[in-house]
Amino acid sequence: MSAPETHMSELLVTKAESRQLNFYYGDFRALKNINMPVHERKVTALIGPSGCGKSTFLRCFNRMHDLYPGNRYEGEIVLQPDNTNLLASGVDPIEVRMRIGMVFQKPNPFPKSVFENVAYGLRVRGESSRRGIEDKVEQALNDAALWNEVKDRLHQPAYNLSGGQQQRLCIARALATDPELLLFDEPTSALDPIATASIEELMHDLKERVTILIVTHNMQQAARVSDFTAYMYLGDLIEFGITDELFIKPKMKQTEDYITGRFG
Amino acid sequence: MKPTKDLIKRRKRWDAIFAVCGLFALMIGVLTFAALFVDMALDGFGRVSWDFFTTFPSRRAGEAGILSAWVGSTLVMLTTAFFAVPLGVAAGVYLEEYAAKNWITDVIEINITNLAGVPSIVYGLLALGLFVYQFGLGQSILAAGLTLALLILPVVIVATREAIRSIPQVIREGSYAVGATQWQTVRYHILPYSLAGILTGVIIGMARAIGETAPIITIGALTFIAFLPPAPLQAEPPFVSFEWLFSPFTVMPIQMFNWTSRPEAAFQSNAAAAGFVLVIMTLAMNGLAIWLRYRLRRNIKW
Repeated sequence: MSAPETHMSELLVTKAESRQLNFYYGDFRALKNINMPVHERKVTALIGPSGCGKSTFLRCFNRMHDLYPGNRYEGEIVLQPDNTNLLASGVDPIEVRMRIGMVFQKPNPFPKSVFENVAYGLRVRGESSRRGIEDKVEQALNDAALWNEVKDRLHQPAYNLSGGQQQRLCIARALATDPELLLFDEPTSALDPIATASIEELMHDLKERVTILIVTHNMQQAARVSDFTAYMYLGDLIEFGITDELFIKPKMKQTEDYITGRFG
Repeated sequence: MKPTKDLIKRRKRWDAIFAVCGLFALMIGVLTFAALFVDMALDGFGRVSWDFFTTFPSRRAGEAGILSAWVGSTLVMLTTAFFAVPLGVAAGVYLEEYAAKNWITDVIEINITNLAGVPSIVYGLLALGLFVYQFGLGQSILAAGLTLALLILPVVIVATREAIRSIPQVIREGSYAVGATQWQTVRYHILPYSLAGILTGVIIGMARAIGETAPIITIGALTFIAFLPPAPLQAEPPFVSFEWLFSPFTVMPIQMFNWTSRPEAAFQSNAAAAGFVLVIMTLAMNGLAIWLRYRLRRNIKW
């Protein structure tokens, strides 16, 4: 599937591109020949009914599937500007994850202090300058719109924060290491509407600096936060396009049925 | 149809019947321990005094003490922990975090579970052949510590694995997602978060080991000993000495066994007193385990 013609005046730059991607859980083929670009400094949403493969697809980008036995990739996910195939056997998944951050469905702060949560990515990279870590933590918390709420309790346990704050903490943890691409796996499904709104607003601000790929089960959310949307069904990419166009006049009947609520 | 009230009453009768049966079953265990403990305390408590802890065994029951026994038990336990903890934790972490999930791992797992059920005398025989003769360690604290370390190794491994398994997968994924290696994930997350469970398992294993008699007798601990091992700290350089590791020794249960096999009644009181002290030591260790678990888990929530 080629990139859609865009009415946006700016030039689109491809940050990552999935080419003929197949993914297998053992013998089960969960993704079927997925071809899709992810545009730089845009939000791309993956939608579709449960089991359609959207989370599976997302987790290919940071090789999360490598953690479990029996999983297999075919095809490529190419990351720009260096044209690296993330799925190539010679590419270390750790290297991939150092460039691509991830935020999970349920906030998963470590049972450590607020500060240590954000500093973790720096520590695993061997950063040892106290000053450097402190600056980076403050900046990441600022970027995640959390600094003002936690600056007086940086050394308290992270689980004392509210659910929405915990999720922003997880975003700060991912931002602290300057990822090129940020993956969100249904980041607001465990949050209340107010916390959800703050995360969505944050994503809107973040896309100035970082490319975002988000899985959401909530079509309104996709419509609100994303520039591009992909509709997936049973491991197939059914339609990919500019969000406004996909929601207003989808090209495929299946997409239309899903977004109008006749199916799914 | 009967009135509802009667029906409920009849069904509730089974609640009462089960509650009574359950309580009875529970009491058999609790009362047996209580009776034994009280009997032992009544027999021996009169002998428990400062002197009892600070004197060596003697041919005269009234002057005999448990100094060499409790020092021996303590040193053997330290040696046991020194070997069992690193080995058990490393094995547990490896099995949970590193080992591929295949049939070889399954076989190893089954064997570890079986190992926990091997009679302790068998460990004693193994140790006699291997540590005492083959390695030439003799009838020493080191040989005893190694033997008991082997004995509690399965307990430590199982406790480590259980503790690690209770860590949610999303925590691991969170760590890997920022680019951590497997070792970094173990070092910064798996080990700290499972520490409470590991310590509990270690202490429970030690509480079992401190009461073990059979393997210690097998490797040839002395039943009558009237001297202490060389002190680990010394006045002149190099200040630290490990000679005590190679010293002959005795332990609490062996001292008890020695006294109970004497015909004089006065020695029976000594045995009861030593038993009382040993039970208190075991209870203290279990209490410590509970306290540590509470303290360490307070700071960990998912």
